[in-house]
Amino acid sequence: MLDGTTAEIRERKALRINPAKTCQPIGAMYAALGVNKCMPHSHGSQGCCAYHRSHLTRTYKEPVVATTSSFTEGASVFGGLANLQTALDNIFTIYNPDIVAVHTTCLSEVIGDDIPMIIKKSIESGKIPEGKTVIHANTPSFAGSHVTGYANQLEAFVKYLSESTVEEKKNVINLFPGFVDPSDMREIKRLASLVGVEFIMATDTSDVLDSPADGSYHMYPDGGTKIAELKAMGDSFLSLGLGPTGTEAGTKALEKKCNVPFKTLALPIGVSATDEFVDALRLAGDTSVPTELEYERGRLVDMISDMSQYLHNKKVAIFGDPDHLDSMVRFLVEIGMEPAIVITGTPGKKWERQMKELLPNAEVRAFSDMHYMHQWMKNNSVDLLIGNTYGKLVAKAENIPFVRFGFPILDRVGHRAFPFVGYVGAMRLIEKITDQFFDKRDREDPDHETELIF
Amino acid sequence: MGPHGPSAAEAREKMLEAYPRKTQRKRGKQMLVNESPSTPAEIGANSRTVPGIITQRGCSYAGCKGVVIGPIYDILHITHGPIGCGFYSWLSRRNMTKIRAEGETNYLQYSMSTDMQEDHIVFGGEKQLAQAIQEAYDEFKPKAISVYATCPVGLIGDDIHSVCRTMKEKLGINIFGFSCEGYKGVSQSAGHHIANNGVFKHMIGLDDSPVEHKYKINILGEYNIGGDAWEIDRIFARCGIKIIGTLSGGVSYGDICNCHMADLNVVMCHRSINYMAEMMETKFGIPWFKVNFIGLEGTKKSLRKIAQYFGDKELIDKVEEVIAAEMAEVRPIINDVKTRTTGKTAALFVGGSRAHHYQDLFEDMDMKVIAAGYEFAHRDDYEGRDVLPNIKIDADSRNIEELEVEADPERFNLRKTVDRKKSLEDSGFSFSDYEGMMRQMKKDTLVIDDISHHELEKLIEFYKPDVIGSGIKDKYVIEKMGVPCKQLHSYDYGGPYAGFKGAINFFKEIDRMTSTKVWKLTRAPWHAGAGESPASEEKVPATV
Repeated sequence: MLDGTTAEIRERKALRINPAKTCQPIGAMYAALGVNKCMPHSHGSQGCCAYHRSHLTRTYKEPVVATTSSFTEGASVFGGLANLQTALDNIFTIYNPDIVAVHTTCLSEVIGDDIPMIIKKSIESGKIPEGKTVIHANTPSFAGSHVTGYANQLEAFVKYLSESTVEEKKNVINLFPGFVDPSDMREIKRLASLVGVEFIMATDTSDVLDSPADGSYHMYPDGGTKIAELKAMGDSFLSLGLGPTGTEAGTKALEKKCNVPFKTLALPIGVSATDEFVDALRLAGDTSVPTELEYERGRLVDMISDMSQYLHNKKVAIFGDPDHLDSMVRFLVEIGMEPAIVITGTPGKKWERQMKELLPNAEVRAFSDMHYMHQWMKNNSVDLLIGNTYGKLVAKAENIPFVRFGFPILDRVGHRAFPFVGYVGAMRLIEKITDQFFDKRDREDPDHETELIF
Repeated sequence: MGPHGPSAAEAREKMLEAYPRKTQRKRGKQMLVNESPSTPAEIGANSRTVPGIITQRGCSYAGCKGVVIGPIYDILHITHGPIGCGFYSWLSRRNMTKIRAEGETNYLQYSMSTDMQEDHIVFGGEKQLAQAIQEAYDEFKPKAISVYATCPVGLIGDDIHSVCRTMKEKLGINIFGFSCEGYKGVSQSAGHHIANNGVFKHMIGLDDSPVEHKYKINILGEYNIGGDAWEIDRIFARCGIKIIGTLSGGVSYGDICNCHMADLNVVMCHRSINYMAEMMETKFGIPWFKVNFIGLEGTKKSLRKIAQYFGDKELIDKVEEVIAAEMAEVRPIINDVKTRTTGKTAALFVGGSRAHHYQDLFEDMDMKVIAAGYEFAHRDDYEGRDVLPNIKIDADSRNIEELEVEADPERFNLRKTVDRKKSLEDSGFSFSDYEGMMRQMKKDTLVIDDISHHELEKLIEFYKPDVIGSGIKDKYVIEKMGVPCKQLHSYDYGGPYAGFKGAINFFKEIDRMTSTKVWKLTRAPWHAGAGESPASEEKVPATV
């Protein structure tokens, strides 16, 4: 496995080997799927849309529908106006969504298609039926990563839709959950409801990418943020963005457009990050934290104390998206582990600086890749690897425990059903991590040392 | 397609109803009722997908890097472009691979890309590419490096071929590029053609080392998904036939450079590699014919045809012996499975050959294929190669290079295959053949090219097939409707399904899928219809 990887590290300037990120449009597609009756549309050649749908489908084991402008060489030379207009005509006639969220690809970005102009012309020519909405986000794949695309799509929803309609803001907050799984979104909503806060969540893939099997297929499941809610976000008194990389573009745009102030928190992964989120909800709602939640928190802390001996000082290599890493690394420190290698593929000098402050002795890199990570691991061994499915190759090569975390997870099913956020999510993380350690021992210990109890 | 469901013609009409007029006209040409299988009607294939239609198609890059060249394990593959394309094609086609010798590296476990950033788009990416090739060489010292262009590379005009030539000279290893930008052509198919040209120009014929064996062949268009190629290897080894190269599943760069030493090419996936078979015949005189190792009958027929080609009694007998031995293992299983599968129905919408090949396996189980279509095929894949002279070349195809190939002055006919071919032809043996999918399909079945999401939904609504063979993008759409879906591009983590042992795997799999209880759980006991599967609720036995 990965037999060509050696411990000798050469700085590379031009070659990316085993990326720890992917491109913007898949993030945009994911964000758009979290809007009720929304058709994500990929403006470019059809391979992008096929790849994004495949990866999202493999991750969530759910239908992921999206349309494409199906560029061939002609459109690439003469521009995509005709293709997008034809596409909109077909989409509204055949699939009847309430809203189409267009995102660009490398191709349409390089040829410089003016999407707002095309949308305007399509409204004028009647290709967009009355009462229907088309919005767009620029998501060039040669900048940022899938998280940037997610952020840009959210920003586009705000810019196109959110409105400030009342003098005095309503007693509602906006929750921007960040690029997390449907199970996480559901948990974030549950926490907000428990604390007793009225909220609008944007966007929300729960009940969209985990819809029930009842023998019928619905192109637009009941879930997702409604267009009316996206509009109403302008009347809320506060936005909470979970993770700056995934949400700041949207929350900032909303502040600028509708004068809704925002607070950026970490994704609620682990004890302190969840505490901060719960506390922010409490303050925003002027409520108190219910006993039920206190108990959940207590059960988590209890589990950490029970398992502390197996986690203490264990070295971890971790890769993923910046916002995921922010919280996850803090959690690992909380439970006594030692994050030794932390990398993200997403560019971000500021993120890198902040992470280095937190972990002065670790290898920390933004805009890096898994090949470097693997080489650092060969030089300084770690006890555990945490990351998305692709980390499996490295974990196998080094025969170390591996916990799947982040996006995409193509080869396991649980992540879409069980959250990693909140106190229960943290308990699940403890379970995953300790089970990995114990499983390895059970597998590898000689018979005379194999134990049944601990 | 019978007294209970609408007729195929009615179904077709109803599928088209929802479309705007222009789209109706376009899709109408791509949807046919197979009225006279022996003289297939003309189908609109290899034409553009209508923008806005939910299609299962991918792009030229996916066809070139993802399908044809990607599986060659000891070439170091570099995608020149922004990160997405390289990332998504990273081991996502399940091309199973074993390294052949100590110290080799399987580069398929790596995803390498120039990860182009905005400044490369503005100022050009050639320097970045040259540097990336150098870094890849320093890091891994591979035998060969291939470079794939993505959409923006073509638009900004990076000359990847000149960069490859320069670096080839500098590093002294084989380095070559593929202009397989995603917007080329109308689907993956364009990428297959581009890949074939590249393999032919840059690899085939580089190594003239003689191969000592009585029966030497190449298998073209077999990509070793789920280990299919290994099952074919096993059967061939048993028969005493030497495979020089399988293009391109589980194959090494060296095998490909040497594969012109074969006496025969047999073609599995016609769409993705028929160009190669033609070019190798023109240049080296190696004849080819179409085979199919999916399905018991297909496998037997293909083995017998190969034995007949070599014409050696020893081989002919050996093949019969192997078939008899293998069938002895298969027979009790298929007999048992058939008691549950006979009369059940299937529909297949897959790739550029599998929608045809897998009909053999369903026939083995006495199941009926009521509808089928390819994702990215051309007219010849549907109607047979005899329509080739009548296919109009449109603008999208014209942009794909056609290589001018000539007979190699020294190496053509090295193995005296030409005479052998002629005498066989005189006795009625067919070469360079493919009769197409429609001839094998039953009368009045539906043939749908580049099926759209909407048409698939309608098909299920009308006929509720017992199983659908398709891909990941529509798998869960189908299953939400209570119909099991077998992924026939990637096999759902399963396989092999080729050859005899593969057939056993497939029979068991379809038996499980069509008799699983899960669909009966979709309705809770407190609702009407509890305990019935949605697919069987209004069961309409399709009489085809």
